[in-house]
Amino acid sequence: MVDATDIAFAGLSIVAIGGAVSALEAREIIYGAVGLAASFFGVASLFFLLDSPFVAAFQITVYVGAVAVLVLFTVMLVREGRWFGDSMGPASRAAAVVTVLALIASLVSSFLASSLSTATEQPTPPSFVQIGQLLTGPYAPALEVLALVLAASVLGALTLAKVEPAAEKEGS
Amino acid sequence: MAVALTDYLVVSAILFAVGVYGLLTKRNAMRLVFSVEILVNAANINFIAFNRFLWPAALGQTAVLFSIALAAAEAAVILAIVVVAYRIHDDVDVSELDELKG
Repeated sequence: MVDATDIAFAGLSIVAIGGAVSALEAREIIYGAVGLAASFFGVASLFFLLDSPFVAAFQITVYVGAVAVLVLFTVMLVREGRWFGDSMGPASRAAAVVTVLALIASLVSSFLASSLSTATEQPTPPSFVQIGQLLTGPYAPALEVLALVLAASVLGALTLAKVEPAAEKEGS
Repeated sequence: MAVALTDYLVVSAILFAVGVYGLLTKRNAMRLVFSVEILVNAANINFIAFNRFLWPAALGQTAVLFSIALAAAEAAVILAIVVVAYRIHDDVDVSELDELKG
């Protein structure tokens, strides 16, 4: 018996995986960046299917809204003609494909052999309230540290990307 | 038939494998950034799926919130490094960025 959830799950999985593959294999890297955004969106929709709308909205805001746009801008800044030759040769590619297929086979067979294959959903999905209680209770220090990490990373990125006035004069 | 936990785990494993494939075969710094982001997303699906199926509280969702924020911080720094590398080398092929090689 196939119902709407199954169809949605299959479609969203294809979007997530197909977007990821096109991110890596699209010939123009700008299309790759768009494929990556599609993959993020597919993953966010899978979060919706798992009854986690808050995380899904957060994923769309941060990944599709911020990271994908950041990636697009970087791609435009470093655009150049020779995006084509960015892969290894066919031999190492074939080796990578074999490795990856072995990885998938071993992971999937271990999932199916474990007791996880009979797990059923929890009766009630976790709620927003629980997320808030965790973030302000036991994980409040982690939240503070995360704020520091974010501030430090933004400062670091700004410092790295800053053009020194002297270097600029020299370059021009 | 409802979607089972293993279905989500299989999707996550395939996404993870795609990310590993990118890390193994690509030399363009931008593609490597894409691969890392795909890997992080695969891990996040696992967190949310295990949370939904095996744990009554929202611990996994909270972990994913932290993970998404950290991935965004990491993406900002890596992309700044890519821009600097491009400015110095006119190229983002990571096999040519070997100034630190001993």
